[in-house]
Amino acid sequence: MLFFSYFKDLVGREVTVELKNDLAIRGTLHSVDQYLNIKLENTRVVDQDKYPHMVIQCVDYNSVFSFCKLSVRNCFIRGSVVRYVQLPPEGVDIELLHDATRREARGG
Amino acid sequence: MASGPGLESLVDQTISVITNDGRNIVGVLKGFDQATNIILDESHERVFSTKEGVQQLVLGLYIIRGDNISIVGELDEELDSGLDLSQLRAHPLKPIIH
Repeated sequence: MLFFSYFKDLVGREVTVELKNDLAIRGTLHSVDQYLNIKLENTRVVDQDKYPHMVIQCVDYNSVFSFCKLSVRNCFIRGSVVRYVQLPPEGVDIELLHDATRREARGG
Repeated sequence: MASGPGLESLVDQTISVITNDGRNIVGVLKGFDQATNIILDESHERVFSTKEGVQQLVLGLYIIRGDNISIVGELDEELDSGLDLSQLRAHPLKPIIH
């Protein structure tokens, strides 16, 4: 419950979700549920060259940089396959989290 | 308790499912439940390899058990149709290890 509430407060933030198959997806947190399933919007895959599975079209500007349009924009990630959720440091109030987890540990 | 992000908004849309064994299956979402079990119509699997372009295997009407699903992505059909799959090379996705 604690993390469900925590993620609900983080809706709208940019996060990177790393899955158990090493795929990392960056996007805006749209919603979360009790199973910590995550819905992301405006998704892009970190390290796109290795994982073009969600990619549509790559335009290579003289190999200086390449721009890829993704055919998957929004995605639903099952909670059971998440390894990490990387958060922006400004989005994290360590003290608050610390207190909340202490309370949870005591009460649980 | 709130049920949060259901797959409700994706019903009747074309979606791309990535399964725990690393397969990519594209189809139209017809139904789902709380366990993320999914009913997928007109589905086909996209097999990626490093040697040849993407292979598409037609599957038809499928039920995929929620245990095996890692990602359900909303596919933008216009963009996806612009894809040249024969040119796409990739290592197969790794399987999910808990």
